[in-house]
Amino acid sequence: MNSKLTKKIFLSLIMAVGMGSLILSCAKKEKIVYEDAADIPANREMIAELTSPPNVPTPVGKRKAKKLIVDMEILEQEGEMTNGVRYIYWTFGGTVPGSFIRTRVGDEVEFHLKNHPENKLPHNIDLHAVTGPGGGAESSFVAPGHEKVFSFKTLNPGLYVYHCATAPVGMHIANGMYGLILVEPEGGLPLVDKEYYIMQGDFYTKGSNGERGLQPFDMQKAVDEKADYVVFNGKMGALTGDNAITAKVGETVRLFVGNGGPNLVSSFHVIGEIFDKVHVEGGDLINENVQTTLIPAGGAAIVEFKVDVPGTFILVDHSIFRAFNKGALGMLKVEGEKNKTIYSGELEDGIYQPEGSGIQKMPSNNGVVESEIPAKSMEEKMEFGKATYMQTCFACHQGEGQGIANAFPPLAKSDYLNADVNRSIDIVLHGKTGEITVNGQKYNSVMTAQTLSDEEVANVLTYVYNSWGNSKKDVTPAMVKSVRNK
Amino acid sequence: MILSPFFKVAFTLIGIIAVNIVSAQSEHMVTVKGGTYIPLYGVDSTAVTVEEFSMDVYPVTNKEYLKFVQEYPEWKKSTVKRLFADGNYLVNWESDESFGNQLADDAAVTNVSWFAARKYCECQGKRLPTVDEWEYAAMADKSNPDARKKESYNQLILDWYEAPKTFNNAIGSTFKNYWGIYDLHGLVWEWTMDFNSVLISGESRKDVDKDSNLFCGSAAVGASDLMNYAAFMRYAFRGSLKANYAIRNLGFRCVKTNGSNNKNLTY
Repeated sequence: MNSKLTKKIFLSLIMAVGMGSLILSCAKKEKIVYEDAADIPANREMIAELTSPPNVPTPVGKRKAKKLIVDMEILEQEGEMTNGVRYIYWTFGGTVPGSFIRTRVGDEVEFHLKNHPENKLPHNIDLHAVTGPGGGAESSFVAPGHEKVFSFKTLNPGLYVYHCATAPVGMHIANGMYGLILVEPEGGLPLVDKEYYIMQGDFYTKGSNGERGLQPFDMQKAVDEKADYVVFNGKMGALTGDNAITAKVGETVRLFVGNGGPNLVSSFHVIGEIFDKVHVEGGDLINENVQTTLIPAGGAAIVEFKVDVPGTFILVDHSIFRAFNKGALGMLKVEGEKNKTIYSGELEDGIYQPEGSGIQKMPSNNGVVESEIPAKSMEEKMEFGKATYMQTCFACHQGEGQGIANAFPPLAKSDYLNADVNRSIDIVLHGKTGEITVNGQKYNSVMTAQTLSDEEVANVLTYVYNSWGNSKKDVTPAMVKSVRNK
Repeated sequence: MILSPFFKVAFTLIGIIAVNIVSAQSEHMVTVKGGTYIPLYGVDSTAVTVEEFSMDVYPVTNKEYLKFVQEYPEWKKSTVKRLFADGNYLVNWESDESFGNQLADDAAVTNVSWFAARKYCECQGKRLPTVDEWEYAAMADKSNPDARKKESYNQLILDWYEAPKTFNNAIGSTFKNYWGIYDLHGLVWEWTMDFNSVLISGESRKDVDKDSNLFCGSAAVGASDLMNYAAFMRYAFRGSLKANYAIRNLGFRCVKTNGSNNKNLTY
């Protein structure tokens, strides 16, 4: 009797609980909104996908918050700043900027920071996405040959910089120890066609811009904020030529743009595009129809735009000498159908000569310092010439000497170039203004006089004459000297 | 009274060690004259006085360390206690009794813990240098006892911090300093007795605010930035260590106190 009764009560209890849970599970289909991101549960474990620039990992989409394991190795290694200029980079994950980390709000990130045994120095990481003292720097201070683990919860959506914060902080950052971590909102950012990762940084080398060899870091220049290189993604040319980022007409492009500094603020601009949307400073505020967005050192921005016409769009820091003289230059190549309504191309070419027009001149300090190491062989001449070309000529005449139609004449298979070597030397030394005809096309623009030594002019012209189907002339410093002294 | 055999052996050993000390000191140590200096960029009140001591001319080499582990087998790669040396202890040595042919016999021994380094020096009748002693000896260049303000000297040190894989270079391959000591800069980091007495928390920007003698002068950083940066990196490195760590770029050398009234060791 007694036991039957208990059984009954027990059964009805089970039913009640069962129904209760049914109701609960129905209720769960309604989206639970967490007032506080700290309350979002993170259940499953997942290894974070890390990518090197300019790539970004797969969007989070609709996935739930997870325990995200980030495995990052610090490597001190030699790399190339530009042709012939080597530099010891300190890196998160072997690249500058470091690997891109993609998370969503509510993720619990378990961060494993490994310092390679052959590294000389201790390092750590300060992630601006971390809420906590030092942004993780205190818990991640790791000696060479060791690994530190710490974890944090992502509370605020946005695009954040991470960097090394070990003494001397400025030097660690100046050597390339920075990167971006993205915290997407629940449900992810709206999907777009193309996403890329770009980060600006300034570099300070003992030799001046273009000086060959392994260049050590120059602390005094860094303190004085006199950068020799200002570049996207750690080196000159990281985003130009074959490394350019690409899109097709009609696609929407999203750029995650950061600025590692250490010193300079970036005026980020894409020549020939208007940003449809900018997540100002990487946060929630969205500005529309922006030409140039300011990215502070240690800050970031997300910019989005639809590409409507084909062509090469140049990414620059619009503090413009940095772009054309220090390397802050990238390319977005867009393929597809032309749209003459949006952009006509050239319609008319007339001559306009205001009063007082003359040749522009680059600043010169009373004569030019001879390049310290002369080329010893034809191979070296070509190598040094190419280095000078990439720094001085590339922006207008382009990587394969093809020039830019209607603006800058080609150097490849150029009848004008091959016709008269002394004229070519003269143009490099003294500039050129006015109409010329190259390979049947008329050009009417300005080339500035270049501040190059005889040696450098000889090398660069030899490089040009021995490339792209030209007449293979060997230009000597003596030939340059005689034109200079005319 | 009859001496037990154990004591006899012990006395003989002490005798041998004593002989070794004399020869070692005369051949491979030099005297560093005492003096007062301001470490890092401290203020006047943080001036440190170092009394005369002797320092090894070169860091301890693989060959020398091999001899040590043969004499003291408890410090062999396979027998060392984890408490005293982590898993990287002599990690590149081929075996307990050989460092193999990848490492040079006249390169500084690295991947040794603080405990091991301290023991080695003890067994030679020496000890590890204090941070103050080490920094004092290491601020000399070829011709000056204190070259810290020289730009060339600092740039040289900074350049080394960036040059990879110098640990396998032969001892003596850098410069001989004012005191006659080689390789304080340019080969490997070196253990010091009180390596972690200066607290660097790893959050170096915060350390600047710490009420610590060594860092309170930070606001006064001026002309000597370069010197600070070079020293700061050494202090940061030491701050990242624990006594059982064994690191590829970290070796050691020993010193010896001169005179009976020496106050360099105050603990």
